[in-house]
Amino acid sequence: MWEYTDKVKDHFLNPRNVGVIEDPDGVGEVGSLSCGDALTLFFKLDAQGRIKEAKFQTFGCASAIASSSALTEMMIGKTLEEAEKITNDDIASFLGELPKEKMHCSVMGQEALEKAIACYRGETIKKPEGNLICECFGITDRQIEAAVRDHRLFTIEDVTGHLKAGGGCGKCHENIQSIIDQVQGKPKAMRPEPAPLTNIQKIRLIEETLEREIKPTLHQDGGDIELVDVDGHRVMVKLRGTCAGCKASQVTLKNTVEAKLRELVSKDLVVEEVRS
Amino acid sequence: MKIIYVDNNATTKVAPEVLDAMLPYFSERYGNASSMHSFGGGLIVDIRRARTQVADLIGARPEEILFTSGGTESDATAIHAALQSYPHKRHIVTSRVEHPAIKNLFERYEKNGYRVTFIPVDGQGRLDQNALFESLREDTAIVSIMWANNETGVINSIDEISREVRSRGILFHTDAVQTVGKIPIDVSHNGVDLLSMSGHKFHGPKGIGALYIRKGTKFKPMVVGGHQEGGRRAGTENVPGIVGMGKACELAGRHLGDVGTRVRQLRDKLEHALLHSVPRSMANGGQAERLPNTTSIAFEYVEGEAILLMMNEYGICASSGSACTSGSLEPSHVLRAMGVPFTAAHGSIRYSLSHYSTEEEIDFIIAKMPPLIERLREMSPFWKQAAEAALH
Repeated sequence: MWEYTDKVKDHFLNPRNVGVIEDPDGVGEVGSLSCGDALTLFFKLDAQGRIKEAKFQTFGCASAIASSSALTEMMIGKTLEEAEKITNDDIASFLGELPKEKMHCSVMGQEALEKAIACYRGETIKKPEGNLICECFGITDRQIEAAVRDHRLFTIEDVTGHLKAGGGCGKCHENIQSIIDQVQGKPKAMRPEPAPLTNIQKIRLIEETLEREIKPTLHQDGGDIELVDVDGHRVMVKLRGTCAGCKASQVTLKNTVEAKLRELVSKDLVVEEVRS
Repeated sequence: MKIIYVDNNATTKVAPEVLDAMLPYFSERYGNASSMHSFGGGLIVDIRRARTQVADLIGARPEEILFTSGGTESDATAIHAALQSYPHKRHIVTSRVEHPAIKNLFERYEKNGYRVTFIPVDGQGRLDQNALFESLREDTAIVSIMWANNETGVINSIDEISREVRSRGILFHTDAVQTVGKIPIDVSHNGVDLLSMSGHKFHGPKGIGALYIRKGTKFKPMVVGGHQEGGRRAGTENVPGIVGMGKACELAGRHLGDVGTRVRQLRDKLEHALLHSVPRSMANGGQAERLPNTTSIAFEYVEGEAILLMMNEYGICASSGSACTSGSLEPSHVLRAMGVPFTAAHGSIRYSLSHYSTEEEIDFIIAKMPPLIERLREMSPFWKQAAEAALH
């Protein structure tokens, strides 16, 4: 059993500001059912530009619900400039403390807040940059680097507690460890860069990778992919079958196709969809 | 606050009769059974009686019972013995839904160079027996299949499977930690060579377990040292634990009828009532043959840890297959192996009853659960969507 502070228990059992704002000024959604937790955050501003109302809906464990409740309390009365300074550590300290395995619950709060503010300002949050490391939870090397640096994380468990990265199948543990080693000053011997591929080699390798690594997966779901052209580091593809028009196809393109091509062909490839 | 305990697959209360039987062995009859004086050495008689009580419960002979520190040690001892006895055999077989005591052990052997086949289960948690038989080869050292699953209670046809495996000259082990004391077991009529059990799962004390080793099975000890347990497990005998486990086995034999009828009816009542009163809920493995005391119910769109902590407010103790209760972030490997969708796996609660469960307790749970799930669903961003989608 987790050791939760009284304040976490209180915010879990008597959550503040549960619900939906019908005409919100900003909404932020993070997480998903498969990840095990998700949060939708709403806020409304008053005439002076201060947050007068904040509400949330959360699917998740006690600390996820408590973090969401705490966040709404912290936001209310603040201007957006003040609110955007709230960090996940602030949420955790507002609650007294969170078990380190549960820090990702407060991170989810911070992310929802960022998204809600961006939504109000009409900005889009940039997709996390970098290469996908944890496929289960969609976490990139840049995100892991930043968390390891900013929160002084030293073990894979710390990273999992913070970002969830590495908490699923565990295949990425080695990669996470090498990021920790890099950031925390245990540099590994640099691998020599392989000689650059010629264009023909690159196209062949991309085609092979699509055939061997990607098509079989897509076929399982009734989809397919076709290589249209390769221009420098741009790989243009057409999606077919159930993939065409599937809402998740962009995710598939980036997380599966691009990640695989970067892993097996060249690190700088960008996959683009060509619509017919 | 009154405690409503429906977490008996985690551990059970020590039966009063068991405690009474054990007490004299702490500060009155505290001798060492290996001593020459009768104050200590005489305890051999007490140990022998306990060994007979354990053997009687599962249809074994007393000399086929080895006392260990619990289920995990019994599992490790069994597999270790098999692999040491047949060092040239490098293939081992188990299922995808085993307890971590077997799962992590087999994964370690896999890392150390053994070939391991993990046999899948169907959507109800039933083992793919054909896949199991087809996986067997000449260098298969041992097959280890749990008798009943700790999370869902789903029972494997161990009599049938063990006979087939044995007929091919391969050792068969079963982790029966959840089975002993809940349904009748008779190793004299099947092909089980090694069987693990644990005292605290059926009202005995913690820290004591047993391994059944069929007479004639090759054996190599894992713990070496003194000559206790016929040289098969070194270490001074845990006499109070052994006596307690013996007594617990005797009681369990007497209570099998109650567990199979009254407790089963209470379990069914609880399950039917919850499935009926909570929309979008289902029993994991509900179509399969199950232990009479266990039900695992998935409440969609809510998260198990949150459910458990709300139940905790009413003094109701249960478990969940959710990721958030453990350090891991993936929901239970058992439910995932069964293909239970994430929406349901995260919100699965296991209720496990015992001989001491009462109808009053079950009624209390039936009254408290639906509003509690409702409250969490009101908070969930997915619930309204899902409920609306279901209407269309």
